[in-house]
Amino acid sequence: MTTATHAHADHEHHGPPSGLKRWLFSTNHKDIGTMYLVFALIMLFLGGASAMVIRAELFMPGLQLVQPDLYNNLVTNHALIMIFGAVMPAAAGLANWMIPLMIGAPDMALPRMNNLSFWILPAAALMLILSFVVPFFPGGGTQINTGWTLYPPLSLQVGMSMDFLIFAIHLLGVSSVLASINIIVTIFNMRAPGLRMMQLPIFVWAWLVTAFLLILVVPVLAAGVTMLLFDRHFGTSFFIAAGGGDPVLFQHLFWFFGHPEVYILILPSLGVLASILPTFSRKPLFGHHSLVGAMIAIAALGMIVWAHHQYTVGMSLAAVKYFMIMTILISIPVGLIIFNYMMTMWRGAMTFETPMLFTVAIILMFSFGGLTGVMLAVVPADMQYHDSMFVVAHFHYVLLPGAVWGLFAGVFYWLPKWTGHMYDEKLAKTFFWLHVVSFNITFFPQHFIGLAGMPRRIVDYNVMFTEFNMISSVGAFFFGISHLLFLYIIIKTVRGGEKAKARAWESAQGLEWEVESPPPHHTWTTPPTIKTA
Amino acid sequence: MASAQHGQDHYYVPESSPWPIVAMISALLMVFGLALWINAVGLGAWIFFGGFILLAVMFYGWFSDVVRENLSNVYNAQVSRSFRQGMFWFIASEVFFFLSFFGALFYLRTIALPWLGGEGYLAMTHHLLYSGFEAVWPTAGPQPTAGEFEAMGAWGIPALNTAILLSSGATLTWAHWALKKNDQKQLIWGLIATVVLGLIFVGFQAYEYIHAYRDLNLTLEQGIYGSTFFMLTGFHGFHVIVGAIMLLAVLGRAIKGHFSPHNHFAFEAAAWYWHFVDVVWLALFVFVYWL
Ligand code: HEM
Ligand SMILES: [Cu+2]
Repeated sequence: MTTATHAHADHEHHGPPSGLKRWLFSTNHKDIGTMYLVFALIMLFLGGASAMVIRAELFMPGLQLVQPDLYNNLVTNHALIMIFGAVMPAAAGLANWMIPLMIGAPDMALPRMNNLSFWILPAAALMLILSFVVPFFPGGGTQINTGWTLYPPLSLQVGMSMDFLIFAIHLLGVSSVLASINIIVTIFNMRAPGLRMMQLPIFVWAWLVTAFLLILVVPVLAAGVTMLLFDRHFGTSFFIAAGGGDPVLFQHLFWFFGHPEVYILILPSLGVLASILPTFSRKPLFGHHSLVGAMIAIAALGMIVWAHHQYTVGMSLAAVKYFMIMTILISIPVGLIIFNYMMTMWRGAMTFETPMLFTVAIILMFSFGGLTGVMLAVVPADMQYHDSMFVVAHFHYVLLPGAVWGLFAGVFYWLPKWTGHMYDEKLAKTFFWLHVVSFNITFFPQHFIGLAGMPRRIVDYNVMFTEFNMISSVGAFFFGISHLLFLYIIIKTVRGGEKAKARAWESAQGLEWEVESPPPHHTWTTPPTIKTA
Repeated sequence: MASAQHGQDHYYVPESSPWPIVAMISALLMVFGLALWINAVGLGAWIFFGGFILLAVMFYGWFSDVVRENLSNVYNAQVSRSFRQGMFWFIASEVFFFLSFFGALFYLRTIALPWLGGEGYLAMTHHLLYSGFEAVWPTAGPQPTAGEFEAMGAWGIPALNTAILLSSGATLTWAHWALKKNDQKQLIWGLIATVVLGLIFVGFQAYEYIHAYRDLNLTLEQGIYGSTFFMLTGFHGFHVIVGAIMLLAVLGRAIKGHFSPHNHFAFEAAAWYWHFVDVVWLALFVFVYWL
């Protein structure tokens, strides 16, 4: 546990430059963090809009709003926008804002590269949007109907929009790798003198592990889609059996990235919880060191279980067994994190402000998603579940609670720090309940229709699934609307509200609470000296 | 419990800079142009080359700024450590990029190919689709489309190239020693030798490609052998060119006398990159050419 005795604002330093330059040419981790967060919010609405169309189409059997290819393109875009446009940038925004504050650094280690990592994202988003728009033009080719997994041979047959998407993925990869390098170097090299690795807040550790995962797996995705590009245009046969290639090779490359990616999405959020829990339980975090160990174990195991997404593709029995056992093993470190978090709350003097409400909901519902995950990990069972709505229910139960809610919780927790204002607690709690309840109405029924046999990524369905789909769609509309409330709360807080103290939450611990709220443009320009007693 | 007090050292935070935005625009132009170009649409190629030129300008401008700041001594030891560690992890990510292509090669040769040849429990695929196909390496697959071809031998040009690249590693290390004892002349000659050897390597590689296309009918279209051969050697060759450009820039700075025994990050970064490219070549030589 670290505390600082002096908030230190360096007044001889200039403030932010004015106008557009401040944002375009920024080398300031707070401004860049803000840009990441705003970008993520815009993408959240874009991805949400595609989800609304999907749910509207699925409200009833038959074709109402969109044609099958357009439907599948929306499914593809929804996933890619949410993963690469919303969750990852939002987590990077938190990293930018909080890691330097938490470790007593004046900024990220490589501030200009930091700005580049951010600004590549809008370019990538543009390419992604173009991939959706291009087929509407004459000669623009067919829509991307593959889903976010881009499996060949289908992805070899899609028109030029696929090339736009491939390049969007390249750009996203560059952005992620550069941001990860920056985060790793910042944590290794910019800690305040005396701040040892094992003293770092779990949020910082979580991001360190995440950054390593990114550096290891994003290049593999880049290589995979590059091979796809060459198969499409330059006559290679990586994924074409007639030339001695194998479409399943792409699946291996994709999931070698794809499975670690799910940990990339949740680890930063789980790290946020480790900051929130002690504050509102008024107790120190339970098992700091074991949390670090669990996160490293998750990352290590997470790299060697990828083929549990390919059970039905026809791998050898030995391979399938190996992937099943390793996958189930991951539940151990994941469970350890959950239990540590519950032990932190145990007998604490708890209060339930919005960040804490989200935290409790995460622990409940993320664990539920983990349980359906273990069901899916069992090979004979997955032969039934694979590519059904049950899988959709599973990953929404892990991704929304595990990744998105953790980010919401972090935003509410640190919003007073960033803006200098307390958010409206009543509205925030309304948002929480609206969001969480409608989330469950949306995704809980999908377990049942999935088990009953409704496939995913198909625009139409058997009439027997109608009722549950209607419930799911109604829930989804409320779920969608709830985000408008979120947006309103954010804007309201930015514009005014009760003044936040430096230590906005009375028992919050950590260096970030030693600087004013909002912090001056430059913080820790003189490193705080950490004394361990 | 730990507590913080005022420390003594001041941190260094760089001034704001336009180059990241220029980099973004150039990257966008390049990928946008390329996407149009490979689909034979409109001005794709022009947009791509416009982006490429902008990229070159960006690198020049950005690194000039950094060099200027470095020469005016505003950096401290911490900044220099950040640069080094940044370069290190960048190379680590490149390693994984190459590992994917090697992984693809191993997978295709040792798992997918025997299947196509009827081994293991996927024998039915073989019997129904490709009966009569024998799994031997090199292969253009069960339904080759581009005629007969010959594989690239290991002991001609590739072996020579191995020797060339290894000696370039040696000359680079020789230059590094020179830098450490502040012998500027040996440094410059070492760098020149390295760059020249690198360019000879690239020349031989180009010759080898021409030979492959003209005499061996070994092309990118030659199924899985052609695909892996050209992708692996091609990406490696591209990295050699990038490394040579980095070394040229370092050479230019060495001639201007920018480096001292204690201040030569750019040299080290380029050297690490060069050695990385070296090691990749050794793996290529063994797994792509030899075995
Ligand atoms: C104990 C933990 C977990 C286990 C055992 C597990 C297992 C699985 C399995 C076996 C599948 C493949 C199902 C199929 O396609 O037939 C799957 C799909 C998926 N899981 Fe999990 N999972 C776990 C946790 C997570 C977490 C934490 C996340 C994300 C944060 C996640 C995200 C996903 C996603 C996105 C998919 C679907 C990918 C797609 O096909 O598009 N899972 N999971
Ligand atoms: Cu997985």
